[in-house]
Amino acid sequence: MIKAATRLISTAAIYLPQDVKDALRQAQESEKEELPKKVIGSMLRNLEVAESEKRPSCQDTGTVIFYIKTGEKFPYLNRLEKVLREATVAATAQTPLRPNSVNIFTGKNSGNNTGERIPWMEWEIVPGMDTADVTVVLKGGGSESPSMAKVISPAEGLKGVYKIVIDDIFEQGPKPCPPVIVGVGMGPTADIAMKLAKKALLRKVGQRNDDPEIAKIEVNLKDAINKLGWGPHGVGGETTALDVHIDAVNRHPASFAVGVATACWEDRRNTMRIRSDGRVEFLTHDFLNREGV
Amino acid sequence: MVEHRFTTPIGEESRRLRMGDIVYITGTVITARDAAHRRALEILGRGEKLPVDFKGMAVYHMGPVVKKVGDKWEIVSAGPTTSTRLETYEADFLEKTGAKIVIGKGGMGPKTAEACRRLGTAYAIYTGGAGALAAKSVRKVKGVEWLDLGSPEALWILEVEDFGPLTVIIDPEGRNFYDEVRAKAKANLTEAYKMMGITV
Repeated sequence: MIKAATRLISTAAIYLPQDVKDALRQAQESEKEELPKKVIGSMLRNLEVAESEKRPSCQDTGTVIFYIKTGEKFPYLNRLEKVLREATVAATAQTPLRPNSVNIFTGKNSGNNTGERIPWMEWEIVPGMDTADVTVVLKGGGSESPSMAKVISPAEGLKGVYKIVIDDIFEQGPKPCPPVIVGVGMGPTADIAMKLAKKALLRKVGQRNDDPEIAKIEVNLKDAINKLGWGPHGVGGETTALDVHIDAVNRHPASFAVGVATACWEDRRNTMRIRSDGRVEFLTHDFLNREGV
Repeated sequence: MVEHRFTTPIGEESRRLRMGDIVYITGTVITARDAAHRRALEILGRGEKLPVDFKGMAVYHMGPVVKKVGDKWEIVSAGPTTSTRLETYEADFLEKTGAKIVIGKGGMGPKTAEACRRLGTAYAIYTGGAGALAAKSVRKVKGVEWLDLGSPEALWILEVEDFGPLTVIIDPEGRNFYDEVRAKAKANLTEAYKMMGITV
């Protein structure tokens, strides 16, 4: 299982999900000027080099974060945390990944991407199920700059939310490595809104919210952001956001919390399913199953 | 949009760069991020010398993924980090070291632009995230200093060939390409609000 988890992390650093690659190709076609076309061109060429030479596509291999959706009957539940920590150390050495775990107080780099509660793990328990879906996200530092949570007056409502999102992306400009993917969460408290925004980023580019009304808002908000014209890496152009994902839960009558999160164009996420008999299936990158673990 | 090919040490030819131009660099590029800039300025402030001469070189805001094979370092992935964090240090750094081109991503502010105008230097970006591609133009690691800062923050002295395309964002006239894109984006804000039914 450590071997499979190591592979999950390593391949996340090397291969981008197909939906992101498709979206980048589409974005290149939709650009009109030479400069943004050239910028996306070097992104696509970079992905080819990363895949053919099996190198991390971006040198910022991020903070290692796991989103774990485990069945209550998953038989290896007690071992999973330790496995994922050990896999992080192994993947850092083998891929190699850049050591990005720095002590808050001393500034000391641990050298292996682990540290105080790092890699970070988000757990979700599913009743009845006996498998576990483990998603790793390698979260780059630059694309954290637009992250924010804010509690607005309910009177400002949805339009208040849209304005916060548009203003945030406008303000941050080239910093988060656009074209970005924007996650928006809404709910009663700042932490819930932020968590929803972050988890919305786990969706595939182009995968709409199940609610058709919210799905429509996602598309409109993406168009409005792209109207700004920051373009790839801020050189001007049609594509500032590849997509917008929104998630919302009921709020408190007196509070309306908004969370905004972004993923850079190097949206590195990778999911595997561990079955109750220990077999592993890679879900994001099908070809990993063929090569065998 | 003009394309330039520079070889280090770069001299007065850096003054020819204009925002939106493309540059490729062959020669020596030295990495420096936050901690390295801070330490370099402390050392220079004491009147001491840096372990490597930046004069005429390109300073690169980058912390690589590295691998040690035998006693040799290998650069695995080498894309830029966000330069805005270095705004506090860069004007001073350029003035005191004589570096000719700053490479990063994400843009820099008015202090750096003013230094570029005064010193005839430029700030250019490499496509952020394109770390694997960038590593391909690194021919050799010529040396590394200040590894005690952690490998991302160390000074990596790299021999590069045709490193680019780099897009000039701040030119030696002190003009900032990102200020112009930002001004356009700001003008587009009203239209973006309108698309979402926001009245301001």
